[in-house]
Amino acid sequence: MTTNEVRKKEPLIHITKRGQLVWYRAWGIRIGAVLLALIVSALISVIMTGKNPFEIYATIFQGTFGTTRKLWIALQDSALLLCISLAVTPAFRMKFWNVGGEGQALIGCFASAACMILLKDVLPHWAVIVCMVLASLLAGAVWGFIPAFFKAKWNTNETLFTLMMNYVATQIVAFFCVIWESPKGSGQIGVINLNTGIGWLPDLFGNKYLLCISVVLLLCAFMYFYLSNSKHGYEISVVGESEKTAHYVGIKVEKVIIRTMCLSGALCGLAGLLLTGGVNHTLTTTLVSGRGFTAVMVSWMAKFNPIFMILTSFLIVFLSRGASDVASKMSLNTSFSDILTGIILFFIIGSEFFITYKVHFRKKHTGEEIAHV
Amino acid sequence: MFDFVSFIPRAVVQGIPLLFGSTGETLTEKSGNLNLGIPGVMYVGGISGVIGAFFYEQSLSSKADINGFLAICIPLVCCLIGSLLMGLIYCFLTVTLRANQNVTGLALTTFGIGIGNFFGGSLIRLSQSDVPSIALSATSAFYHRSLPFADKLGWFGKVFLSYGFLAYLAVIIALITAYVLRHTRVGLHLRAVGESPATADTAGINVNRYKYVATCVGSMIAGLGGLYYVMDYASGVWSNNAFGDRGWLAIALVIFTLWRPNVGVLASFLFGGLYILHMYIPSGLNLAVKELYKMLPYVVTIIVLVFSSIRNKREKQPPQSLGTAYFREER
Repeated sequence: MTTNEVRKKEPLIHITKRGQLVWYRAWGIRIGAVLLALIVSALISVIMTGKNPFEIYATIFQGTFGTTRKLWIALQDSALLLCISLAVTPAFRMKFWNVGGEGQALIGCFASAACMILLKDVLPHWAVIVCMVLASLLAGAVWGFIPAFFKAKWNTNETLFTLMMNYVATQIVAFFCVIWESPKGSGQIGVINLNTGIGWLPDLFGNKYLLCISVVLLLCAFMYFYLSNSKHGYEISVVGESEKTAHYVGIKVEKVIIRTMCLSGALCGLAGLLLTGGVNHTLTTTLVSGRGFTAVMVSWMAKFNPIFMILTSFLIVFLSRGASDVASKMSLNTSFSDILTGIILFFIIGSEFFITYKVHFRKKHTGEEIAHV
Repeated sequence: MFDFVSFIPRAVVQGIPLLFGSTGETLTEKSGNLNLGIPGVMYVGGISGVIGAFFYEQSLSSKADINGFLAICIPLVCCLIGSLLMGLIYCFLTVTLRANQNVTGLALTTFGIGIGNFFGGSLIRLSQSDVPSIALSATSAFYHRSLPFADKLGWFGKVFLSYGFLAYLAVIIALITAYVLRHTRVGLHLRAVGESPATADTAGINVNRYKYVATCVGSMIAGLGGLYYVMDYASGVWSNNAFGDRGWLAIALVIFTLWRPNVGVLASFLFGGLYILHMYIPSGLNLAVKELYKMLPYVVTIIVLVFSSIRNKREKQPPQSLGTAYFREER
């Protein structure tokens, strides 16, 4: 009798934590989620446009692979996104939620634009570039250092602090956009040094996209070894796992937090350098265009693994470029791509649950266990 | 002399969307959910109201037979449903599926702003207007209506009585939320869930239910901020991206008030004031300095955040479990 009563109260669904799931099954689940998301987004596109879904898939695909130029732009976009994602990753591994990538990159843009504008008549081209590199790395590092310092000393909430720092950066840039505006009264800076090209990062092998891509790939390799094969990387993991353990084994937690965030900020600054010096040659408040936030998702989707981040950043760029092509071809609003990106992210975010946890349904009989994944 | 009689009402109307947003977010954060999707939720709240009002106005043969009750209720209900759905997405992912809250919140913001601008843009095309915005002046007139005798009371009427009903609703909701959090059993349970879900669970509190209800109600309150912005502040004119960064400012306000919605009433007006202070500062033609004044709300928030963490008083901290998912079987 008692067993019967107990069974009545047993909940319909019961979840338990899995041990480590083998990597191919975990990635199978993730790919399944992406496919499901693609089906749902195609459905929504069909409802919006009334077109046949395969046409929509083809358009999405064309958005990246349509022409060589489109492919290069997509690769460059992924590289920029990857750069910021790599930058925020060491902080995330330490469970320091740096959502300030946007501001750190923007302040890097600002620093390199400042060098381009102020030093163009003072220093030769190569010296301006050296100054830009140093200035943008330093600016980003400072922007990362400020919240890290307060986190290390007084445990100030870093998510909220870095979030606010984004807007401080935006307003600083807005201030200088007015100061340096050209032509006067436009409120915009326009392309800096359009005629002289001073401070423009050089092309690599005559290809204007290649420099940015190769720098970021090098950074990716560096970050992989830094995180998995260096003492610093080990310290970051220990601090992320448990600050108490870190203290116990003699790691100076404050120092690790500050050092890691300076690195994280500096690399965001590097992304700013690439954006201003290499890609756009200008400075606006929206230059980073949300990459600082998207990077959080890219990094998290790749489980903070730099190599997987190449895939996830490319995936996000592929989808958003494809969705904006769908939007323009079917004469929808361009914000359509944000909606599709959002939906796909929800699916990927949701799929993590099935990787971390196992779902058991209530047993109908005393028979064998029915476990669904 | 600084013109307070014109400054205060403008600060207040700037502050009301922030007040809605921050009250909603406070309620959400008290349950341990850090909903960074609030900016998106507020966009969706705004656009849902606009969609409702748009189709209601379109269905009328002439603007004259607009029914006041329906003109207010349809956008209001649409707004609440829209923001509730956003809250449910967030809850399902973070509470049921225990996803990372920061990531989910940021994705929700991308999604919500996308929804707002997409449907906004589509409606603009539908209405075939020449300017990139939709004007819902008939509906807005009902939202904007203040007490009839407000004009006759001079400065007093202007400072205290010149607002639409949603503004007063914002203050009332904030005060009720503060009361519920501090003085009722439900509030006590909710705070327990936010501080230590495991303890609350042991005490027999249904953690998931509290998280769901608090987050969804919080989203609905925040969504009203978007509705107020379009219908009252912007006089029924929706243009894409006009809402701007107010959502993040609302999150800043939560920290600024140290998770107390009653303080939020005055603090939101202060933030509203800081937001428009640049228009009242005699800086001549120097537009650049105005940009620096816009930084003030964020800088002030950072200072408050730092000082509250340095003083480290227990009742002035973020809820302890803020940002973490609860899984019963975890250690």
